[in-house]
This record gives sequence, C-alpha cells and structure tokens, in this order.
Amino acid sequence: MVARRLADKSVQPVAFAFTNDNATWAEWKIGQYPAGRQQSAVIPLLMRAQEQDGWVSRASIEKVADMLGMAYIRVLEVATFYTQFQLQPVGTRAHVQVCGTTPCQLRGAEGLIEVCKSKIHHEPHHLNADGTMSWEEVECAGACVNAPMVTIFKDTYEDLTEDRLAEIIDAFAAGNGQTIKTGTQTERLNAAPEGGRVVLLEEATTYREKFVPPAPPPEAAPAPAAAAPAAVAPATPAAPLAPTTAGRPRDVVEESAPAIKGPSPDAKVSEAKAEGERKAADTAAKDNGEPNKAMRPNATGAESDASKVDGGKAPGKASADTPAADGTNTSVKKTRTIIAPKANPKEVNPVAEKGGDLLLFVAPEGAADDLKWISGVGPVLERRLNALGITKWSQIAALTPEQIDLVEGSLNFKGRIARDNWLAQAELLARGGEAEYIRVFGKKPR
Amino acid sequence: MLADKDRIFTNLYGQGDWGLEGARKRGGWNGTKEFLDQGRDWITNEVKASGLRGRGGAGFPTGLKWSFMPKVNDGRPHYLLVNADESEPGTCKDREILRHDPHHLIEGCLIACRAMDAHLAFIYVRGEFVRERERLERAVEEAYEAKLIGKDNIHGWDLDIIVHHGAGAYICGEETALMESLEGKKGQPRLKPPFPAGMGVYGNPTTVNNVESIAVVPEILRRSAGWFSSIGRANNVGTKLFMVSGHVNKPATFEEALGESLKDIIEKHSGGIRGGWDNLLAVIPGGASCPVVRGEDMMDAVMDFDGLRDKKSSFGTGGMIIMDKSTDIIKAIWRISAFFKHESCGQCTPCREGTGWMMRVMERMVEGRAQKREIDMLFEVTKQIEGHTICALGDAAAWPVQGLIRNFRPTIEARIEQYTYSSTSDGAVPSIAAE
Repeated sequence: MVARRLADKSVQPVAFAFTNDNATWAEWKIGQYPAGRQQSAVIPLLMRAQEQDGWVSRASIEKVADMLGMAYIRVLEVATFYTQFQLQPVGTRAHVQVCGTTPCQLRGAEGLIEVCKSKIHHEPHHLNADGTMSWEEVECAGACVNAPMVTIFKDTYEDLTEDRLAEIIDAFAAGNGQTIKTGTQTERLNAAPEGGRVVLLEEATTYREKFVPPAPPPEAAPAPAAAAPAAVAPATPAAPLAPTTAGRPRDVVEESAPAIKGPSPDAKVSEAKAEGERKAADTAAKDNGEPNKAMRPNATGAESDASKVDGGKAPGKASADTPAADGTNTSVKKTRTIIAPKANPKEVNPVAEKGGDLLLFVAPEGAADDLKWISGVGPVLERRLNALGITKWSQIAALTPEQIDLVEGSLNFKGRIARDNWLAQAELLARGGEAEYIRVFGKKPR
Repeated sequence: MLADKDRIFTNLYGQGDWGLEGARKRGGWNGTKEFLDQGRDWITNEVKASGLRGRGGAGFPTGLKWSFMPKVNDGRPHYLLVNADESEPGTCKDREILRHDPHHLIEGCLIACRAMDAHLAFIYVRGEFVRERERLERAVEEAYEAKLIGKDNIHGWDLDIIVHHGAGAYICGEETALMESLEGKKGQPRLKPPFPAGMGVYGNPTTVNNVESIAVVPEILRRSAGWFSSIGRANNVGTKLFMVSGHVNKPATFEEALGESLKDIIEKHSGGIRGGWDNLLAVIPGGASCPVVRGEDMMDAVMDFDGLRDKKSSFGTGGMIIMDKSTDIIKAIWRISAFFKHESCGQCTPCREGTGWMMRVMERMVEGRAQKREIDMLFEVTKQIEGHTICALGDAAAWPVQGLIRNFRPTIEARIEQYTYSSTSDGAVPSIAAE
C-alpha cells in the first residue's frame, strides 16, 4: 500500500461546488442506487469532482460527504485508498500517467519514464516550470497488448516509442492535445496484431448452425435447437430439465443435474396433474360403479363407499381430495414464482416432494458406510445425510467449504462439521477404516 | 484451431458496429426470450452442462456458482455483480468486450439474472477504463430504449443494470473487496464465510462473475451446451480470449480454443517470439500473479487450466507475458513485487509488511547486493505470506517470487557473484551496467 496524504493547506481551496450540470448528474447517479444506499455513489462523485477541478481537494471531499450523508473520515478514507484520485494539483494542460508494470516495462516503459523526467520534471507528481504538465508512474492500466502506453485524462495513447511520447508531451504542453490521435499510435486496429488481423476475417452472421455432437451416446436427450422455439416448446416435457448434450467434463457432472433440481418448480405441476388424474378417475368410477382407486392403488372400495354414507365426505375420501395437505404444499408454493414448462411428474425429484430437502450429492454405488462411526453423527443425522446423497465416508472427507455450508444449512447445525472435525475423521475412516481410526485417535469409533 | 464461425466475440477488434444494430446483425439478442421462458433451472443446467469455468482466473465452474444462490427467495433481493475491474498485469480482454461487444455482456446479464432470480445487476468497471465505461453506458441506454431490459421489457423479466466504476485499486478485483467498494467503502476484502451467495452486496445474496464468463453465456445457449463442451479437452472446454504481450513480434488479443499448445497459438496469432523460439527465456502464462516458467519448459505447454497446472503454474486469465533472452528476469519479477506492494490493501499484516519486504529484498537482488543464503530466506518468507491472509493477494504476491527462485536460482546466484567480484577493497562497486 502507499501512504497518501491530502495536499498542503496552502494549496487547498476554501470551498467546492459542483457546476449545475454536474450537480444534476450527481443527483441522477445517487438516485440510481437502491434506497438508503446512496453511499455507493461516493467513488463516482469524487471522480466527477476530480474531472471538474483536476484534483480532489479537502473541500470537495467534505462537499461529497455532505451530499451523501457520510462522515468526512469515510470519504477521506476512500479518497486516500484509491490511487486514481489526485490529492494535489496536477498540470493544467496534462497529467501524464505512464504504465510501468512488467508487460509495459518489457516493451520499453522505462524509456518513456526517462522522457517524462527530462521533459516534465525529474520527480513524479511535480509540476513543470510553467505549471502546465506533470507526470507519474502508474500500475497496469489494462492495455498490455498495446504496450507501452500512457494515459492522459480519459484517453490512452498506446504502442508508443520514446520519440512519439516526446511529440505527444510537446503537443499537450502547447495546448494542442486534442490534435493527437487517441489509442494506438501505429497502423494497427485496436488490439489486433500489427499488419492486419489474422482471424475474424469472415463476416459474422445472425444465423446459428444447430450443433450436432460428434458421437452422441444412445440415451442422450436431444439437443434443443437454440434459435428454434418449436424444438423446446412444452411438446417435449422432459427436455427442459435435461442438459442438452453429451460431452460434459468429469468433475462438473458429479455436481450437475441432480444437485440443482432442488425444490423443483415442477412439483406443483405434478400435483396439478395428479389432481387432474384423480378427477378423471373419479368420473370414471362414478360411471362404471367401481370405487375410485386413483390415489389408493390398493383400495378395495369396501372402506370408502363414501357416496352411500355421507355424500363423499368420509375422512378417507377427504384426505384423497387434498393430496398435498401436508407440509409439502407450503414448501412447494414458495418456489412457484417460476414459470416453467410442464414436466413429467416422474422427473420430479422425490426428495424435493417429500420435504423440500435438496439432493445435493449423488449417492455413490455400493454399500453405504456406517456414518455413525464419525463422532458427532447420530442415527438422525445419518438419515439426513443419506437423504442428501451422502452415504460414504469419502464423500464427507472431500467436502468443500461451500458444500459444508450447504450441508450444515440443510442439517440445521451451523458449525457442527468443523467443531466435531468430521472431515479428518471421515478421511481416516475412508483411508484405513477402524484400524486407522484407532491408530490416530487411540479409541474405537462409535 | 478455432474457425471464425465458432468465435463468440465477433467484433473483438472493433472492425464493425459496436451498437445494438451491429450486435443484432452478428446474432446478438436472438432468441433471448425463449431461454428466459424455460426457467432458471434449465439455464443453470445448460451452463453447467457446457462446462464453462469462470474466466476471471480461478476457473470455478460458472453454473455451479449460480446454483449456490438461494432457491427460495426469503424476501431479500438477489444481485448479479459483474466484475469488470480487470487489473491483472498482462490482462486486457474485458476491455475489448466492454468497448466492442458490450451487448454480449448486457444480454448475458439478463440471462444470468433470470438464472439466479435477480432483478438488478451491477457492472463494476475499473476506473481507468473511462472510454470503455462510456461505451458500455451508451449500450445499456440503447438496451433500455429498445425495451430489451428495464421494467416491463419485451423479455418478460425485469432487469435494471447499474454501471458502477472504481478508482484504480487492483484489490477490488477480489469479489468481497469489490462488494465493499461498490458499497462506497475502502476496497478491503471480507472474511468468508458468509459467502457472497448468502450475504453479498448490501447483505443480500450476490453472485460475482467475470465479464467474459457472463458475456459468453448467450452464445452458449444459442448454440447449445454441447457445442461449447465439444471444444477443448475434458474439464477445460470452450473458447477463451487470450492476450499475448511482451517480446513477441506482434502482441495481440484473440479468441482461441482452450487446449492448444503455446507454440501454435503464438505462431498463428503473434508471429512468433522476437528472435525465434531459441530466444525464449521465460513465460508468465496467465497474468502477473502466476509463477514464471522457463521457456524450454513451456515449449510443449498446453494452454488450459490443467495444462498449466502440470507446469506448476496457473492458467489465470489467459494473459501471457513473454520474455526473451534480453530480459533481466530478476528485474521483471521485482517490478511485479513492486506492483503487489503498491496494491496491497493493508488489512492483513503478512501481506502489508511482506509485500514491501519482498520488494526491498528483490531490489537488492536485481543489483546482486545480497547473500546467497538470503535466497532461501526470501523463499521461506514467501511461504509465510502465502495462505496467511484474508484474500489471495498475499498468495499472488508470493507466487511470482517463488517461481523465480524455483526456475532461475542460478541467475540470481550469478548476479550476486558478479557483484562480489566487482567490488573493490573499500566495498564500493563501480558499475555492473555492462552485465
């Protein structure tokens, strides 16, 4: 970091005011941010003040603080932290900022600095004899392929040589800065290689060819054509949730599809559909005199010949009428802000329907490990972990901090995993089972 | 090598119209509504399936990051924060997107916001990119005027975009510092957890993505995830903007497929190394914070995340800094140390004090005014900085020095010997400029 102080009192102006245009602009800028968050506008406002005066004075800091309802020290902190704010007056015609970081250094920035030293002042941040010019060395200004470069006010001057910089400095010192072409100083199109671009020679079109994967595995879902709405319309119910293609990278796929199905927006869709099916079955049942078995596949009809008893209001019937009157319904409803095409109810994540639990992990093949061996995991936690898709010690050992956050969130045990040191325990168990655990901890796992 | 029809950034050099009309002619804003109508899960799954990894340096899978946003809205607004605070030395790709293809970014914001249930996106542009920011602001206005974004737009998903800017602090590229800065404070990183997806800008769930990660999303959806994942090697798929700076014949920014060799890329796009491949001394493969690698080790390097990890470096942002044999490598790395010393935010002691200490020792080593045992001490100190700070700037400052010591120790020792030999009986050294 760099120690930066406000300029000496002798050069500080007594007051600062935005011009009318700038004041209007400042009001608009402050209004852009969410209500009560006007402090966000501090950097844009200070920058505008600097554009107006050429540097940031104590008066302008206080003015901006008053406009935003901030303490002076907070704005002072910002002004001294960010190095683009000039805390003392700069040259009246130009302040040359030479990028001196490695990519520019390799292409000759040190020579440019020498030019500035000889033409302006031997020290950075000092005005030249008539007060028109000043210079400083800045850190990477983000035009590395056009190195070396300088920034003067808002514009960059790239692909410089020492001679060219001397010409530019002379032009600015004479007040003719606007005559200098901005950007690259050679015959070159922005960031394209010198001598003409080697790629992007074809004219770009709006047309996008539908991609056909080279060798799709037989069961891969058909890729919906991006530009053709017909292909992705509700006509293919299972498609929207299925990723389009085959060639997926290894470690992403583990986290992929099941992980984010979550409390699926389609749960409601399936519920509505189930309701429809039930009604249809009900009608059919009335027609042929058979009992309605839609929601109770094992029903014989004997226990709920309700129409004969109370006109269809028997308890058994009632629960069939409201298939989702348990906790599921509320948790599903919250997610219903999403408009999604209808999905096949079979696609709906079973865990999500039961209680809104996320299936975060894909349970690996093979027999599940006894997670209770980890000190801190009881039968209840084990069941919940299994429901999340964690069945192996190795899975726990490999949890990332983000995943730990998610797992603890759904277990409702903040900090538990770290406190009981599950990761280390699980790693030992995964590596060498009980023997390894005893060797390190000196006791049997539970 | 990538064909022109497979390139996403078709106006990279600003040869065409950057505005809305031009963007539409090149396929932008085409079919956006259909993507949004398919819902957040479809979009997130599609991005996951494409295998897109974050383009800001760390390479975290973008779709996975989006899925960390809360599924159930608890009443707090969700935000997307686009990190256009591109300040890594050697990196200048987002600049080209902002000034020449801004509508890719704006369309990507709309889609990403749909995928994370957000109605407000911030684009934080670094303070130095003034013209680029003005260009982006104009493009956002165009999108508002055409009702592509804003309230009651034609896409049926309300979205406001605020273009914000910084004022020259590299540390604001770190996601939590970025949020602090956006809130109008000093850009000092926050401790994690809480992670931004739980508590970000103004305490609300936020996802922070690089400009390039967001800007490629519309094209991925238009051409399908399979198209993107068919380019490159497993786990390192897609196209990427590369930058070649330093001692090549023609430095340039360009889009290329991941998984090509360094040699092919430089031969094709930058006309080879200055003075031929035998003249290559060293390469910093992904922006200044990546360890430097010896030229001969880079001859067979594959330019992607895994390919450069095999070289004990990192892919970073794809900004290659090439150094030929005329380079004073110690000085080049010293300049990077000076950069990190300048940009340390001062919050954690190991970084605040360590970066300055490293820079001062490096300064002596440039001259050779040091003891050979100090090389080991310097290495030891870098290990004390690495991993002992809130954010990764401490690590980033340590790696270039570690890379130098690992790969160029003989050069440092020779410099020290040279200094000792040239010293006179009263200790003064006439000059080692001849070296």
